[in-house]
Amino acid sequence: MNILELKNIGISFGGLKAVHNVNFKIGEHELLGLIGPNGAGKTTLFNLLTGIYRPTEGSILFDGQSIIGLKPSQIVKLGAARTFQNIRLFKGLTVLENVKTAFFHRMSYNTFSAIIRTKKFREEEIAIEEKAIALLKIFRMESMIHQDADNLPYGMQRKLEIARALATNPKLLLLDEPAAGMNPQETKELMETILMVKDHFNIAILLIEHDMNLVMGICERIVVVDYGQVIATGTPEEIKTNKRVIGAYLGE
Amino acid sequence: MDKNSISRLGHLENTIGIFIIFGIMIALMNAGMINRYHQGIIIVIFINIILATSLNFITGCLGELALGHAGFMAIGAYTASFVTLNMNLGLPGTVQLIISLLLGGLLAGIFGIIIGIPVLRLEGDYLAITTLGFGEMIRVAIFNLDFLGGARGIFGIPRLTNFNVIFWITVIIIFVLFRIIRSRHGRAILAIRENVIAAESVGIPTVFYKIFTFAISAFIAGVGGGLLAHYLTIIDPKTFNFAYSIDILIFVVLGGMGSFTGAVIGAIILTIMPEFLRVGGIQEYRFLIKAILLIILMIFRPKGILGRAEFSLVQTLEFIKCKIFKNAKKPT
Repeated sequence: MNILELKNIGISFGGLKAVHNVNFKIGEHELLGLIGPNGAGKTTLFNLLTGIYRPTEGSILFDGQSIIGLKPSQIVKLGAARTFQNIRLFKGLTVLENVKTAFFHRMSYNTFSAIIRTKKFREEEIAIEEKAIALLKIFRMESMIHQDADNLPYGMQRKLEIARALATNPKLLLLDEPAAGMNPQETKELMETILMVKDHFNIAILLIEHDMNLVMGICERIVVVDYGQVIATGTPEEIKTNKRVIGAYLGE
Repeated sequence: MDKNSISRLGHLENTIGIFIIFGIMIALMNAGMINRYHQGIIIVIFINIILATSLNFITGCLGELALGHAGFMAIGAYTASFVTLNMNLGLPGTVQLIISLLLGGLLAGIFGIIIGIPVLRLEGDYLAITTLGFGEMIRVAIFNLDFLGGARGIFGIPRLTNFNVIFWITVIIIFVLFRIIRSRHGRAILAIRENVIAAESVGIPTVFYKIFTFAISAFIAGVGGGLLAHYLTIIDPKTFNFAYSIDILIFVVLGGMGSFTGAVIGAIILTIMPEFLRVGGIQEYRFLIKAILLIILMIFRPKGILGRAEFSLVQTLEFIKCKIFKNAKKPT
């Protein structure tokens, strides 16, 4: 069973075919890496998957259901959460509030019960607060829940963004260059975090990354794109020795 | 568990606080310390508080600059006056007023939605300019509608707004806004202010919540307009001009964008100040003085008086208790 399946996906901006005829699948609990040189179309692919762009050709099946034409928030509801290359937290809110906000679609009370504070309101709010704290404990961030997100160190902000994405209860987590701007030590911690997330939450992860150590170190399978097309798919070992991949990265 | 009991205590203290303020005001009025002139100012203060908190919901919480609040107010004022004058059901004054206000607010809210759907796809400066244009549009439209009295306006509206009514309506509005903002809906609105793209990416339907915020805020502005109409007894399109929208915005900015109690404080200060300066030789300069004070405040406290924080009665009492306790302890 595949959680995500791309069939002949393509998008053109005017005459430019940014992504063309891309096919790949992600298994239910797989950690898949997506790599490629600058301008290869990685982020465009990501935006197609998360509903920011609408593909001009092909189909995307998430959990067996087509997600083409859905809004980003609707795709999140189906179970695909993401993080951003340039971290996007709710900076002025506390760590706890950041996570609680992401529980939005898992709560159901309406405005009226919020105003008169019905039993349902109180139960859901208490449950969500406990869940949010439990989630932050997994990331060992329980000591900083009342700090503003803006004041956290960079590595912690990245962790919080991942925690916030997990609060939406995803089946697939999409990480857009999580190691961007990190030093080797932070990258190492990030690798551990990603592996921990995969084991603990038992979800599929799609990782876009430039950092080869990170990708080769933790991904089970890697898809390489260049000029908007898939040029290779395989295990890290296979990718390392693939001539087309070496050609794309180093030039021939 | 512990946290729950604290918030319950907060409710108790706030409720007592509100009743004390109400009691003091009533007592002062009965004792004649607050005369009719003062009462008039107090009612205007409450109307301004309603409008400031309503605008704070959009500008402070959602984070969008809206400059057409007087337009929503005008819709509420005209609708409420129209209802009171033409649909006399022989009900007691206050009940009649509440029905008129609700209908006025409702129509303003509907306009908020109608205008919100196309307008809220815009952001920042563009949204500000469009709402500004909308406010002026409403005013000019009323100006040219004969059944609303055109430039002459509507007069002979019964004076149904009194201190009791406006006090409790204001309390209810602020209470409701607080409850909304401290729920999952409020978190969604604040998330949009902090980062729209991130809000969408955690599953918040951002367009819906922008329109929701606009509608609620327009409804409240409409109620405020209706209260003003039933206080002034005469309204005309000029009352709801662009300058009024800007005044409301200044209340919010002065008090601190994102703080409802700040909006209350801002509205109180800026409504009272020109009245205080109505004495002696400075009378002619009172608007100049107001402007200078605003500039000084913005230089030394650009976030506004409270910033994004809320005034909390419980915390203030705790603070005072600590001070007294310390002082009492010192001699021993």
